[in-house]
Amino acid sequence: MKKIFGILGLLLVVCLLTTLASDSFLTSYNIENVVRRTALFGILSIGAAFVIITSGIDLSIGSIVCLTGCLLPWLLVGQGMSPWVAMPLLVVLSVGIGFAHGWFITKLKLQPFVVTLCGLLLYRGATRGIVADQSQGFRGEYEGLKWLAQGSVPLPGTEFGIPMPCVILVVVAGIAAVFLHRTVWGRYLKALGRNEEAARYSGIDTDKMVILAYVVCALLSGLGGMLFVLDVGSAQPVDFGSFYELYAIAAAVLGGCSLRGGEVSVLGVILGAALMQVLRNAIVLVDAIPNNIEFAVIGLVILAGVSADELVRRAVAARR
Amino acid sequence: MTVASEGAAPGEFGSAALLELEGIGKSFPGVRALDGVSLCLARGEVLGLVGENGAGKSTLGRILAGIQSADAGVVRLEGEVVSFDSVRAALDRGVVLIHQELNLAENLDAAANVLLGRELRRGWLPGGIDFEAERREAARWMAAVGLDVDPRTIVEELPIGQRQLIEVAKALSVDARVLIMDEPTSSLSEPEVERLFEVVRSIAARGVSVIYISHRLREIEELCDRVLVLRDGRSVGELGAGEISRAALIPLMVGREITSLRGGAAVEPGEAVLEVRGLRGAVHAEPGVDLLVRAGEIVGLAGLVGAGRSELLATVFGVEPALGGSVLVGGVPMGLGDPRAAMDAGVALVPEDRKQQGLVMEMSVRENTTLATIARDASAGFMDTEREVVRTADAIERLAIKTPSAEQEVRLLSGGNQQKVVIGRWLATEPRVLLMDEPTRGVDVGAKQEIYRLIEGLAADGMGVLFASSEMEEVLGLADRVLVMHEGRLVGEVTGEEMTEETVMQLATGSVEASS
Repeated sequence: MKKIFGILGLLLVVCLLTTLASDSFLTSYNIENVVRRTALFGILSIGAAFVIITSGIDLSIGSIVCLTGCLLPWLLVGQGMSPWVAMPLLVVLSVGIGFAHGWFITKLKLQPFVVTLCGLLLYRGATRGIVADQSQGFRGEYEGLKWLAQGSVPLPGTEFGIPMPCVILVVVAGIAAVFLHRTVWGRYLKALGRNEEAARYSGIDTDKMVILAYVVCALLSGLGGMLFVLDVGSAQPVDFGSFYELYAIAAAVLGGCSLRGGEVSVLGVILGAALMQVLRNAIVLVDAIPNNIEFAVIGLVILAGVSADELVRRAVAARR
Repeated sequence: MTVASEGAAPGEFGSAALLELEGIGKSFPGVRALDGVSLCLARGEVLGLVGENGAGKSTLGRILAGIQSADAGVVRLEGEVVSFDSVRAALDRGVVLIHQELNLAENLDAAANVLLGRELRRGWLPGGIDFEAERREAARWMAAVGLDVDPRTIVEELPIGQRQLIEVAKALSVDARVLIMDEPTSSLSEPEVERLFEVVRSIAARGVSVIYISHRLREIEELCDRVLVLRDGRSVGELGAGEISRAALIPLMVGREITSLRGGAAVEPGEAVLEVRGLRGAVHAEPGVDLLVRAGEIVGLAGLVGAGRSELLATVFGVEPALGGSVLVGGVPMGLGDPRAAMDAGVALVPEDRKQQGLVMEMSVRENTTLATIARDASAGFMDTEREVVRTADAIERLAIKTPSAEQEVRLLSGGNQQKVVIGRWLATEPRVLLMDEPTRGVDVGAKQEIYRLIEGLAADGMGVLFASSEMEEVLGLADRVLVMHEGRLVGEVTGEEMTEETVMQLATGSVEASS
């Protein structure tokens, strides 16, 4: 709980400083844009959190985003497939990828880092091969489908609306929170993330649970990829989704997931994703910060955040 | 392989003792590991150090090698008082310990291991190693232990017996004068043991003194010039050349007063609840283990470290794979290699290592208590939090767990209360058979008594209890009958009047092969 206040405080400070430094931050257009991006990255970050709870890692998130992001327009426009077939197909593909990750990690006992690193290379390479490095777009069609990412649900009595990605994020986050905190499987994930052997000695099928975590992560990455391409309108296979896994992992870590496993707060993860997007937005808006140092700023903020967290943890432990 | 072993008689290198220990004492919280142990060691002598589990043998070895420091007493090396505060300091004076688990960098070659930390440098290159010189130097020491392999061989590729010899070569290369070997043969095959003995004899013949720690009395008999027996951290006897025999050693090793730990009388055992037939795990030799536990019975499982007791319990419970055999619970065959099948059949295991296998230390008392039952209380996967709270409160009350609240992280509880949480978890599954591995390890005296009373009560209610323990008092004082294991085999059963430490030790050390 304390962690949430920490990240919330940090988020508010960054928002305040950006408001002071730039007039365009608090415009309704910019806010909507940041909120939309936060929601999209929030979905990926929740996926990353599932894997991080098990003290694993998934580096292939960005490449899965690229895979589904490029294949969706390619299937619809290029192959003339119906959205009712194409989208379920990509969902099944994502689930299959997650299952494969989990299988290699639990049954062959490969390290998550290695398995998902191979995934990172494999899915991007495969995507580029399938679409022959061509940019994939919707050619002005499928407006109804784009509404999933670009539309908004009007708030009664105001001129504002809630962006659709936010609605989807709230649904995903709600299910994730219930799953993690109210079901047996959530308890099992947390227990095995801290001490897999004790979980196994308690009769928990730890392999099945780990596979499940990678399936959830890949599924949310796949969904995210489709939403991203519907939001932007087109996808370049060479760099679509590049580095997105790092934003997702960073958001999960900032939001209170320990890479040692066992800890999670869905709200914290969403706040972490928001912090990442506000930072990126601030770097673009504030003239004093050159755009090309974006990664350096984000790297420093994450390092400062997790260091502060560790120092607080030690101070608390020392007092006990 | 040829090893020059002309066989020097002990004392041939002069009668003055090389190493003398006087009144060595060492305490750990709650345990007196060593209490006034004295010994002297002549040049070229092979001294055996024997005793039961926990007698203080290994602690003595570690103190000599500078890994731990003694609380009391004096160590003299060639008459000069020394106090090793680090392994380095001991090495510099030629005192080397070879651990039971070998400390080799198995990914490097033999030469690199022999000279690890003392690499031969190539003068002109910063950090450079003179590989040619290293090979020659390593080959010299390897020849001294009769190890005829290329020094460039990666250690991983060598059989375990040759790795052991590399440790010895490494020790010799630092100019060892006192070599301490802690259970050196625990993973060696018979021919490898013979070869190691030849090497030990040959280095002793050159004037190196050896302290040989083992619970394998046959080896002590064969190898040692003199034997010192430890019991509960004290030296209780010494046997010289010609006197060393298993028959003479065992009475010295045992001889503790065994009192019953039972409050009430044993109940009349009922039907068989657990039947194990020909069960083989990774460490259990053919034909496997056969045993029977009846309802209301408390059965002890005794044996020396490495006899395969923990592995047997883990295999029955399914956390370790079974290679063969079967397990029946209440006459019904149970699926092997699957803890859930064991749980469903009514088997529970309180594991040996509480921190690693028992508890998720960062989780609360509640979450740990209900870890094995949360699924059966759930509906459609949703946890029944009310039921969870009730279960936890029940366990806290039934086992008298001392905790400020059910939400306390278990790592903040005392060892005894942590153990009760693990037991509470398994009692909640309402098992018919309770397996316990070292049920009171790291538990204070008061909680120990409570756990004994609890086990007795469970048996009286008709549960079958099978527990393994390294503490002889516990096995003999608590069990109705005792099964003894030796090197992966169940070698005997002891009941009634026969339940003495001496009988159990004879079986556990493989001194007698009981007809069972």
